[in-house]
Amino acid sequence: MSEHSTYKPANGVEKWIDDRLPIIRFSKEHLMDFPTPKNLNYWWTFGAILAMCLGIQIVTGIILAMHYTPNVAMAFDSVEHIRRNVNGGRVIQAVHAVGASMFFAAVYIHIFRGLYFGSYKAPREILWIIGVFIFILMMATAFMGYVLPWGQMSFWGATVITNIFSAIPIVGDPILQLLRGGFAVDNPTLNRFFSLHYLLPFVIAALVVLHIWALHVPGNNNPIGVEVKSSRDTVPFHPYYTMKDAFAMVVFLIPFAWFVFFAPDILGHPDNYIQANSQVTPTHIVPEWYLLPFYTILRAIDFNVLFIDSKLGGVIAMGGALLILLVLPWLDRSPVRSGNFRPMFRWFYWLFVLNFIVLTYLGAQPAEGIYVLVAKFCVAYYFLYFIVILPVLSRIEVPKPLPASISESVLGKAHA
Amino acid sequence: MIKKKTIIAVLALAGALFAGPAFAQEEEAGGHGAVHIDKQSWTFAGIFGTYDEHQLQRGFQVFREVCANCHGARLMAFRNLSEPGGPGFSEEQVKALAAEYQIADDTVDGGMRPGIPADRWPSPFASDQEARDANGGAIPPDFSVLAKARGVTDAFPFWAFNYFTGYQEGGVDYIRALLVGYHDEPPEGFELPAGRFYNDYFPGHAISMAPPLFDGAVDYVEAEGEAAVPETVDQYARDVSAFMMWMAEPHLVSRKETGFRVLLFLVVFAGLMWATKTRIWKGIEH
Ligand code: HEC
Ligand code: HEM
Repeated sequence: MSEHSTYKPANGVEKWIDDRLPIIRFSKEHLMDFPTPKNLNYWWTFGAILAMCLGIQIVTGIILAMHYTPNVAMAFDSVEHIRRNVNGGRVIQAVHAVGASMFFAAVYIHIFRGLYFGSYKAPREILWIIGVFIFILMMATAFMGYVLPWGQMSFWGATVITNIFSAIPIVGDPILQLLRGGFAVDNPTLNRFFSLHYLLPFVIAALVVLHIWALHVPGNNNPIGVEVKSSRDTVPFHPYYTMKDAFAMVVFLIPFAWFVFFAPDILGHPDNYIQANSQVTPTHIVPEWYLLPFYTILRAIDFNVLFIDSKLGGVIAMGGALLILLVLPWLDRSPVRSGNFRPMFRWFYWLFVLNFIVLTYLGAQPAEGIYVLVAKFCVAYYFLYFIVILPVLSRIEVPKPLPASISESVLGKAHA
Repeated sequence: MIKKKTIIAVLALAGALFAGPAFAQEEEAGGHGAVHIDKQSWTFAGIFGTYDEHQLQRGFQVFREVCANCHGARLMAFRNLSEPGGPGFSEEQVKALAAEYQIADDTVDGGMRPGIPADRWPSPFASDQEARDANGGAIPPDFSVLAKARGVTDAFPFWAFNYFTGYQEGGVDYIRALLVGYHDEPPEGFELPAGRFYNDYFPGHAISMAPPLFDGAVDYVEAEGEAAVPETVDQYARDVSAFMMWMAEPHLVSRKETGFRVLLFLVVFAGLMWATKTRIWKGIEH
């Protein structure tokens, strides 16, 4: 990628370093000079916001781990100890807990941005696929993190979610026991979850590096979905996008801080302030909000299909809902990326967004009455969108004419 | 120039941030909110909320003289009572108070010694089993974080507003209601098991805790310069609930004070960033 570089070692020391490990050159190329489409809107700031979120989680998490005790008898009190007795502990703990929710809010926006602007299409398939793996790892990490305070929801959530694996034929039970470290969720479960919860964020960080590498090969997509044609279409990343991203990060921190300082517990469940008790089952076991859409999909399959019983069917549906994202670039064959130029796609897209919000809502409702029926429709639409609607649209839709280039499009806008 | 699209985007973003979690809210009361519970106005609610020292002192008196006979508070140390943002007892008062209690300690002769400020509040029962035996099979829950372990459920769509008002007082609203929600006789047709008491707000209505309060049960020490406070169940319930909130969230005041400064900083900083950003982008069509 050295063609973007205007880097000239400024002095002998830099030159010496550059001949051996061109790290300064690399940073300049990728963090400063990188040509970036000039028409990116604020939806494109969420990548940077996500990087910030990951950083916040890792830093606060490392501090929490210095005071936390992964033992069923002490975990609950040790988290309270952090809130009460550690200097600044109430805020650090709240940042980490609220941060998880903010991280997911940002990642959902980032994903839905990609879905609308067709960022998953060639040549960005691998970039997208790495993103899907990051998302799956984020869910695993967050789920295990929620178990650590060892409250009632921690315990029962862990019991219900790990139990999912028992539906898999033959290997299910061994996997379940390996995960739990025994037959039931107990001290060994807590220990291995703590260990994995500390490990996975660094795996995510490594994937983020690949993600950005894969981004810097084709460069950014943009709101009109027309590839960069000439240097007139781009601006250097620094100072234009460093500044815009930094501004967006600060704005993002405002609702973040609101929750941390004024409502740190509102995103959690009161039952998690009750220490885990295997003898008392809470009335409703509800996962964290960001897992709810997939929880709804899991529960919606309450019927047997041929030799597949409902439990396995739910697991297949839930797994499928995530894995189908991996093949999305090959399902949507429309050559036009941006939803702005796809008159039919837009309707189905916004319906998909609404459908996803309803799936979230249903995850928090008891699986009874009308909710069960609505959930089935929503799950059906989720899959139809990918398997039927997108492939068919790519054949029948007549897209609007595309601007010739980014420059033409922004000039047209400015003079309109 | 702020584009229309940008404004819509920011609004949509705010909406998405709040809406997602909001949907999870409805179930959040964990079954403790089937009945409507009146929200009270608490001094510690809202952005500028702080504890009322006198109320915490009265609440502590109720806790100590009544509730502590059955309920523990294993995470509260005596010294917490003199820390800033709390009931504001002096260190001498706390030292004297701690010394009134006997603390189990295997390292001293006889296994018991008088308390010191660093000790935690002693539990009234030696074991869960002992607690159960003394209370008709039910364990009186520990008070340390109880005020955060309960909540109230708002009907759709009102819970969504809680994200904007920062409503975090569901636990105390519930506890206050519970304490004033007893009836001598259950409503007709309700089968009240032996040893249970009818309460409007307890899930299932049959609670194992006898009504702990009655008018005049606690003789409030009058605080200097304060008007006399009524010695009624309603007043006791309010005061002890506020005290329980402090026990569960002892750093609430400093947290909110910091939060106010942080938000103010972020808003101003965001404004400056916005100005810089527009300046840099000036002249670039985008
Ligand atoms: C005689 C013993 C006793 C006294 C005194 C007592 N309680 Fe209780 N309390 C109990 C028992 C037993 C339970 C468990 C009730 C159950 O689970 O049915 C309980 C439960 C509670 C609960 C939890 C209810 C729920 O939602 O699960 C609260 C709140 C409570 N008590 C507050 C108080 C307050 C405040 C006081 C002092 C004014 C007090 N109690 C005094 C025995 C007592
Ligand atoms: C820790 C989580 C993640 C981080 C830190 C991250 C970071 C980034 C960054 C910095 C960018 C460039 C700026 C931007 O377009 O916003 C980007 C782009 C992108 N990301 Fe992510 N990302 C994460 C998760 C995901 C996930 C879960 C997906 C999809 C499932 C995804 C898909 C994409 C795509 C398709 C692009 C290219 C967008 C375009 O150029 O139009 N990312 N990401």
